Amino acid sequence: MRTCLVVDDSSVIRKVARRILEGLDFQIVEAEDGQKALEVCKRAMPEAVLLDWNMPVMDGYEFLGNLRRMPGGDAPKVVFCTTENDVAHIARALHAGANEYIMKPFDKDIVTAKFQEVGLL
Amino acid sequence: MTPSDYEYLRKFLKERSGLDLSADKQYLVESRLLPLARKSSLAGIPELVAKMKGNAEALTAEVVEAMTTNETFFFRDKIPFDHLREAVLPALAQARAARRSLRIWCAASSTGQEPYSIAMCLKEAGPLLSGWRTEIVATDLSQAVLEKSKAGLFSQFEVQRGLPIQLLVKYFTQNGELWQISSELRGMVQHRQLNLMQDFSHLGTFDIIFCRNVLIYFDQNTKVSIFERMSRMLEPDGVLALGAAESVVGITNTFKPYPERRGLYRPNVAPVIRVGAGAGVGASTLVPQTLRAAASAR
Repeated sequence: MRTCLVVDDSSVIRKVARRILEGLDFQIVEAEDGQKALEVCKRAMPEAVLLDWNMPVMDGYEFLGNLRRMPGGDAPKVVFCTTENDVAHIARALHAGANEYIMKPFDKDIVTAKFQEVGLL
Repeated sequence: MTPSDYEYLRKFLKERSGLDLSADKQYLVESRLLPLARKSSLAGIPELVAKMKGNAEALTAEVVEAMTTNETFFFRDKIPFDHLREAVLPALAQARAARRSLRIWCAASSTGQEPYSIAMCLKEAGPLLSGWRTEIVATDLSQAVLEKSKAGLFSQFEVQRGLPIQLLVKYFTQNGELWQISSELRGMVQHRQLNLMQDFSHLGTFDIIFCRNVLIYFDQNTKVSIFERMSRMLEPDGVLALGAAESVVGITNTFKPYPERRGLYRPNVAPVIRVGAGAGVGASTLVPQTLRAAASAR
């Protein structure tokens, strides 16, 4: 079973994302900020990352830059999932190496469509 | 809703739009028409039907629209658009190199996601079609969905279903809570109201026809009629794209499957038979049975 790391400081969002992604046959690992997410990736690189932007300690943008510089860090498909829904943020995320981008609020259809788009489903 | 109200609606929708509702679709009718009844200050479906019987033309048009507006999203099913990029456009680009023009018909285009997905494919083809005249004709029964399509405005929810983020950034601009597709892409699509039950030969000839997820609502005879009329409007080397759950098999022999491209079909072209000059064996195998019989009788 493939693993998806869900990174969000909201436990409610992590719970919703977990339910959707488990329904899509992913094993879920959670992290509440970018720093903790990097530690997860050092232990075992996930196949997918669902990533919030604004988080304490380390935000999603900084996490992504660090991830892509790690050995094997170019492998995970990273899908941002954030309330930052303007073109400037989307463009920055893509430039930093994001594969897809979900603008909150989201539902199962959107997550499924985006994960299909990057070849995870 | 009484059984006689349902029968009235079934018959009415069949005659007006070709929609073929089976006997067990009361729930669908109720879910689509109850909001319309309430919007019109009517208590329920029986009152709606009574008003329709009183020749309320505007209301009957709204009933047709409510029942025939179907779900759509960008690059729906993905595979037909992969086929378009990988096989159809390269082949037609070669075949039309002298003419340098392509005409595409998007039948039952709904709120525009399909014709604009095709427009994005054409733009993304880059040098292959650079400088070509490309025309996408989008038709639908519903004027309301055509107006939405023309505006090219989509909600945040709509642009996140099937549309890759790179294409959103490239071809859309943010307009408050909505996203609007670029004027260049809007300019590639012509919108026309059309009922597939009626004559559509005035649209002209096309290189590609997308007719997806609409014929499933028609009965067998209507499907046959639409396929036959479409085959006369498609270039001999043109392509018909149907929905994932649709096929010509067992319905018509005016189309045949496109090799190794599921969901795509080509016209079953009858080559010219030179009577007396001896039609080649290879050619005769392509001639539909009725023509072969006629030719051999001479």
